[in-house]
Amino acid sequence: MKADLPPVLEVKGLTKHFPVKKGLFGRTSARVHAVDGISFSISESETLGLVGESGCGKSTAGKLILKLIPPTAGEIKLEGRRIDELSGESMRDCRRTMQVVFQDPYSSLNPRMRARDVVAEPLRNFEALSENEIDKRVSELFDNVGLRSDQLSRFPHEFSGGQRQRLVIARALAVRPSLIVCDEPVSALDVSVQAQVINLLIDLQKEFGVAYLFIAHDLAVVEHISHRVAVMYLGRIVELADKESLFANPQHPYTEALLSAVPVPDPTVKPNRIILQGDVPSPIKPPPGCHFHTRCPLAFERCKIERPLMRETKPNHFAACHLREGEAVQTG
Amino acid sequence: MTATASPLVDPKMPVGEPELPDILPPVKQRHGISGFAYRHPAIAVGGTMLLLLILMAIFAPLLGTTDPTALAPSKRTRAPSAEYWFGSDMMGRDIYSRVIYGARVSLIVGFAVAIVASIAGLVVGLTSGFVRWADSIIMRVMDGMMSIPPILLAVALMALTRGSVGNVIAAIAVAEFPRVTRLVRGVVLSLREQPYVEAAVAAGTRTPMIIIRHILPNTIAPLTVQATYICASAMITESILSFIGAGTPPIIPSWGNIMADGRALWQVKPFIVFFPAIFLSITVLAVNLLGDGLRDAVDPRMAKRL
Repeated sequence: MKADLPPVLEVKGLTKHFPVKKGLFGRTSARVHAVDGISFSISESETLGLVGESGCGKSTAGKLILKLIPPTAGEIKLEGRRIDELSGESMRDCRRTMQVVFQDPYSSLNPRMRARDVVAEPLRNFEALSENEIDKRVSELFDNVGLRSDQLSRFPHEFSGGQRQRLVIARALAVRPSLIVCDEPVSALDVSVQAQVINLLIDLQKEFGVAYLFIAHDLAVVEHISHRVAVMYLGRIVELADKESLFANPQHPYTEALLSAVPVPDPTVKPNRIILQGDVPSPIKPPPGCHFHTRCPLAFERCKIERPLMRETKPNHFAACHLREGEAVQTG
Repeated sequence: MTATASPLVDPKMPVGEPELPDILPPVKQRHGISGFAYRHPAIAVGGTMLLLLILMAIFAPLLGTTDPTALAPSKRTRAPSAEYWFGSDMMGRDIYSRVIYGARVSLIVGFAVAIVASIAGLVVGLTSGFVRWADSIIMRVMDGMMSIPPILLAVALMALTRGSVGNVIAAIAVAEFPRVTRLVRGVVLSLREQPYVEAAVAAGTRTPMIIIRHILPNTIAPLTVQATYICASAMITESILSFIGAGTPPIIPSWGNIMADGRALWQVKPFIVFFPAIFLSITVLAVNLLGDGLRDAVDPRMAKRL
């Protein structure tokens, strides 16, 4: 019956344009196209990795889904229920299903709150529990994320970076959400600690069946944790596929360039890097047609005029590139 | 070159364990009140001075004072003596008693203005920081109020009402609270962008709870510091208002009133102005010292900025 369940998260044409205001009366003079019509879905117990370089809109996408900022257009469905138009109390109820882990474990904890109260905050918001029950649940959560119960009454500054991120994960897990948006959860940590936190996230997924939207720029980390991977460039998803398929056989020239930039820990392998020319264009004035045509080594006339649509080039492998049009799998 | 020939090496010195000179003496840990005073001298000095002044104001009747409003036309403008410690004014009132009782007015006005302006500024600042459509309206009004010097605004407000301590407090608080509003709004805007506040929103915490749990505790420290400066500034403003006759009624002994009475005789009887002025200076100094100390104690990073 699992197939009948709606996906945990379904996003359709999600768009965010930030107005650039100028002058005394705040006239909108331009718009930053931070997220420009992205669509994907995540099922139960699945991890979707969202990768891209800085400024491509991946963190904005995460905040839009969490409704921390209102979207300009598009649909967000959480467990089949549209949340993009909700606000106030009805949105608050939905937050139970969806939690967040931010990048910086130092600023995502209130320095004046004890560890116990940090983890208890979502419990107190959503569940009518007595203080004893809350203490019990918090201790269990501490146990789940590998913290000791004698650390319950410590303040955030008494923890290390990795421990703080465990605390943040415990807070996110407290109300048993079906989706956790992880916004670069390990990029602020040491490499050795990164592995511990990633493995903790994988273990917790097995235990609680939670789905992750895993936003990151580190391809190795994404490859380790994700089931499927979406690649973003300048506000758009250019490729979306199963992890194995994407890493073994990238279909979009940008993904190819991105993968070729991953260092290989073998001095005998001669790197065959694709060096992209130029800079990422400004999201205030994104280029017409395919956003990537200004830097694409394979670009031709059509790329400058027409926006390529996402097509299934291989089973469960989607790419937005005119070059792959002929190879499109005929579906339906 | 052998080792013994080198003037730098003493052959008698044992090799292996050179004796380290005590460049840095061990840090002496100080505890209790003396430790606190050592670490925060400004708070200790300012706080003690202020405490003494408060005690002086409370126990004014027990400090050898007479009725500060009692007239003695035959004993006008006496110089300081055993009978009149600080002399007497042009109506024969005892200046010592008037100065001691006058501390009550200054301290009440100072503290009341600090509290009223802080609370008003906190409420308006939080509104401005959280209600986006109201923000620009509120801040333009505050800018307008801040463009008028506080003393002029207070004089204008006093002109509309009757002179009384309550009205003086209200007038000075209105003139001072825009500064608090701007401070609180700034703190709120920066805190709202903190990931832990965003995480609290995502965790389903309602806005009033976010304000109480995450915003207010981090606003109290800068607000306390600002309040002490407002307290000092309000005491001076109160004296100025009384001095120009726009403040507390002349019947109430306040430092500004005493100075106003002595103004005409300044060149022949300077002691009438001198004693209240000295007390005003000491009080303002005490409050400012306390404020400086608190600022350094609550946020060492701010010490460099301000």
